[in-house]
Amino acid sequence: MFEQQIINGLTLGSVYALIALGYTMVYGIIQLINFAHGEIYMIGAFAGVTMVTMLGQGFFVSITVAMLVCMVLGVVLERVAYRPLRKSTRLAALISAIGASIFLQNAMMLWKGPQPVGFPQVINDAIYHIGPIEVSKVQLIILATSAILMAVLNYIIKYVKIGKAMRAASQDYDTASLMGININRVISFTFAIGSALAAAAGVLVGMYFNSVAPLMGVMAGLKAFCAAVLGGIGSIPGAMLGGIFLGVAETMGIAAGFSTYKDAIAFTLLIIVLLFKPTGLLGKPIQRKV
Amino acid sequence: MLMEVNDLHVSYGAIRALTGISCTLDKGEIVALIGANGAGKTTTLRTISGLIKPAKGSITFKNMDLTKMPPHKIVAAGISQVPEGRRVFPDMSVMENLEMGAYTRKDKGEIKESLNNVFKRFPRLEERKHQLAGTLSGGEQQMLAMGRALMSKPEVMLLDEPSMGLAPMLVKEIFEIIRDINKTGTTIMLVEQNAHMALSIADRAYVLETGEVVLSGQAKELANNEQVRKAYLGED
Ligand SMILES: Nc1ncnc2c1ncn2[C@@H]1O[C@H](COP(=O)(O)OP(=O)(O)OP(=O)(O)O)[C@@H](O)[C@H]1O
Ligand SMILES: [Mg+2]
Repeated sequence: MFEQQIINGLTLGSVYALIALGYTMVYGIIQLINFAHGEIYMIGAFAGVTMVTMLGQGFFVSITVAMLVCMVLGVVLERVAYRPLRKSTRLAALISAIGASIFLQNAMMLWKGPQPVGFPQVINDAIYHIGPIEVSKVQLIILATSAILMAVLNYIIKYVKIGKAMRAASQDYDTASLMGININRVISFTFAIGSALAAAAGVLVGMYFNSVAPLMGVMAGLKAFCAAVLGGIGSIPGAMLGGIFLGVAETMGIAAGFSTYKDAIAFTLLIIVLLFKPTGLLGKPIQRKV
Repeated sequence: MLMEVNDLHVSYGAIRALTGISCTLDKGEIVALIGANGAGKTTTLRTISGLIKPAKGSITFKNMDLTKMPPHKIVAAGISQVPEGRRVFPDMSVMENLEMGAYTRKDKGEIKESLNNVFKRFPRLEERKHQLAGTLSGGEQQMLAMGRALMSKPEVMLLDEPSMGLAPMLVKEIFEIIRDINKTGTTIMLVEQNAHMALSIADRAYVLETGEVVLSGQAKELANNEQVRKAYLGED
């Protein structure tokens, strides 16, 4: 039973991790909490549904298109809602982020209505038995897709030129531009990558729960944000760890009979971790930049 | 004339940091900017690099107006900076820091050549190329910051207090390296509080006080100037 919960927790957690990565990468570079990130995830899920229902596509094409759509959306969002406020106070950008979030939710409700929309089955409901554990094919696909995406991200950040530029910019913004790094391009790239990961998460969740809804990004976004803070905001491995940790904790909590409080688990956990480690599990001690 | 700064005015909000700085840089020179804390030396260099936009004034470099260009284009145009306090990327390796220095360049072969030159100049960096920059000593970080700035193969190198916080022996070594970098064809603008050292290697110098140039001339002359000796060379 315990092992079963671990698998279920990992499935949920890897989705939280995918979303959390976007929060943490954007925060790492421009110290902005992108409150509209949950809506990018939601729009990714709808893009996936649209590909499946209206265009009859399978899993692979649907998730790829959803990721591409959200890449563009993320880049546009930054251009329109955040870049003009780059030199203003952080509060101004934060308010703009909340505004963008509300705008996107309502735009989707206008288009699809407020009710949940069914996500047709694209993966057969095969179940595999590994010892005492049951794993559905959808779960396997979620785990594998998340693992692949995170490995690709890791590779980009470590070895690809623009990924290294992202790291440089998150460590020292001004000095990065003294290297000849075009910071605007790095920021756009960061939004593109973060949004693509969120879109993938949206499609995976839609597949898992067979439904998507215009407000699905609110709670998922908030929890993934918790995961990012839990892991240490700004830290990429932290977001991965925080997401997984949160998913497992939530699943365990539900199994232990706290299903009524399932959404509170994330926040409780966040408070407890921050009490003991104010900068998160893998966060660095706070340094004031001079 | 390679670069001309003309009547530069810069403010941080209500604080007026520069109130009309003018200076020039000829090809092949070492020009020093000296002055007390808060005189506006760093602000001048940051404005040249495009990190700060001036309220008034112009910076002309080979027919380009730098005040209208973003920092990354200024690097690509041939001006690199070793910032005050070194500012290496602490969580990146020495090698990655150097790669960032070559960000604007494409030719892999030429980048490799620059890297070899940097390692020749700073053998310690080669020994430590896989070490995280944040764990280097202050002197090694200064070498890394200089090596990194050389990686863009700059025509002009701006150095902001390279001697800060270093032991006297190392200061001498760093200044010798600066002189050598200059000899191999890089024009240098050097900001220093260590006026003595700066004037000893510079061709010309400008003395800044509260955002203005109060004196300028040949470095040798300034080193003998009564006023400069009193205020900046600690003699009475
Ligand atoms: N970010 C900032 N915000 C507000 N004021 C600033 C800022 N940076 C510099 N100043 C002010 O501008 C003036 C010039 O500062 P600057 O750093 O250019 O001096 P400096 O000559 O480099 O001094 P030091 O030798 O101490 O490095 C100072 O009065 C300083 O307080
Ligand atoms: Mg200074």
